[in-house]
Amino acid sequence: MSFEQLLFYLFSGVLLLSGISMVTVRNPVYAALSLIVCFFTSAAIWVTLEAEFLGIVLVLVYVGAVMVLFLFVIMMLDINHNHLKEGFIKYLPVGLLVALVIAVEMILVLNGGGFDGEKYMQGQRHGADYSNTKALGEVLYKQYLYPFEIAAVILLVAIIAAITLTLRRRPNSKSQNIDQQVRVKREDRVRLVKMEAEK
Amino acid sequence: MEFLTAIWSEIPAAVQTVIVILLKIVAILIPLILAVAYTTFAERKIIGYMQVRLGPNRVGPKGWLQPIADVVKLLFKEVIIPTKSNRYIFLIAPMLTLVPAFVAWSVIPFADGMMLADINAGLLFVLALTSVGVYGIILGGWASNSKYAMLSAMRAGAQVISYEIAMGFALVGVLMAAGSLNLNEIILAQSGSIFSWFIWPLFGLFLVYFISGVAETNRAPFDVAEGESEIVAGFHVEYSGMAFALFFLAEYANMILISALTSLLFLGGWLSPFQGLDFLTELPVLGAIFGNGIHWFLLKTAFFLFFYLWFRATFPRYRYDQIMRLGWKILIPLTIVWIFAEMLAIGLGWQPWE
Repeated sequence: MSFEQLLFYLFSGVLLLSGISMVTVRNPVYAALSLIVCFFTSAAIWVTLEAEFLGIVLVLVYVGAVMVLFLFVIMMLDINHNHLKEGFIKYLPVGLLVALVIAVEMILVLNGGGFDGEKYMQGQRHGADYSNTKALGEVLYKQYLYPFEIAAVILLVAIIAAITLTLRRRPNSKSQNIDQQVRVKREDRVRLVKMEAEK
Repeated sequence: MEFLTAIWSEIPAAVQTVIVILLKIVAILIPLILAVAYTTFAERKIIGYMQVRLGPNRVGPKGWLQPIADVVKLLFKEVIIPTKSNRYIFLIAPMLTLVPAFVAWSVIPFADGMMLADINAGLLFVLALTSVGVYGIILGGWASNSKYAMLSAMRAGAQVISYEIAMGFALVGVLMAAGSLNLNEIILAQSGSIFSWFIWPLFGLFLVYFISGVAETNRAPFDVAEGESEIVAGFHVEYSGMAFALFFLAEYANMILISALTSLLFLGGWLSPFQGLDFLTELPVLGAIFGNGIHWFLLKTAFFLFFYLWFRATFPRYRYDQIMRLGWKILIPLTIVWIFAEMLAIGLGWQPWE
């Protein structure tokens, strides 16, 4: 077993364990932390596959931003742990069915013609000067420029839609107008009064 | 000596590389930790002089042993674990802030090619690691089982995530100008003379980067997380002894990291300001000083580190909503406009940095 294989088994072992613990653990904060470990180890596996850009971006976006917001929400909500466990047996058949369907689908896809062993299993090794970032950029910004830009615009529209859907104007809420505060001049606040000295 | 070389050649090659890497790590970490210790001393001294005080001057000659006394004091203090706190996460949290702060140093080039790991996506790596550091803050605040720590962790966490966006955009401008994510190549792209440093064409991004760096490390004037004159402390109220010291070690290591990165990305890192002036760099002895080298990198880093202390002595603290406004409504739009202008400049073939 080469060192690389050892790393792969180490990371995938941690990945599977943390994935299982994410589903089974009772404390939601622990579940979120296991998910973070999941992201981290899968990023590490991507890096060993010479996809260092994707690996680092996975850490940057999911671990650094998305999961932080997740944790925020989980910590602020006072979740009743007993309530979460209710109905486990009731929903078990449905859950098993979904899991089975996903497993069958994955087996069908992996055994079909799309994933030829010859084509994908043998990873090509590149030299030290190979830049995954550059390769991705070539594909995204040259070969598939229009689909990429269209996807970006769709995402932008989705962001704006989400903001407008959830925006509530609350006229009664009190807040400071910082622009006004910053722009304030001395004349607005101080009134100089000239008066005769008292005798 | 021959005996040592004989032993060295007996060791298998794989173990040799591991030993060399470990020695390199030690060679980076020990000066870093010393720098952190003496940054705390410098901070107290400099702010003291700015406020017409003497600062610490009791321990050792002129107070020079003060940081060591501080460390010894913190080492001997008891680490108190609050009741009903989550003890594992409570103890892991300081390490979670410290580890990214140290690991990011592995890709920093100290001189030409003098870095632990010369990786392609060095800039992204640093950005990813600094974004991971926020977990220590959030988890430390949550695990303390204290409402004050929790609320402060929320504030500090929200601040760090908000400023990360402006920081990332400022870095996009740098990588557009350099055409590379490798930190050594970014420095080499700035070689030529003092006028080919990125600070001139990217001055706005430089300002945004340093301001958001100050906010990112939770330092004055953005230190609402600590706010020692208003509240007791932030997310680390419940920490004591060495666990508390680890948070501070991470904070100062991050300060030095941001200063180092600012000097690398905008002021040419180890490039000398006198390069291109051949009559100076070709002098017999002084040429080494005027030429490129690690001393310029250290000098520039110290320069930005001084700014941190200067800010702390000069500016009043921002209010929380003002911090958020500055980050989201001023710095981020500014970076977007600057990147757009840069994009036009590249598209039209007008590249002042080349």
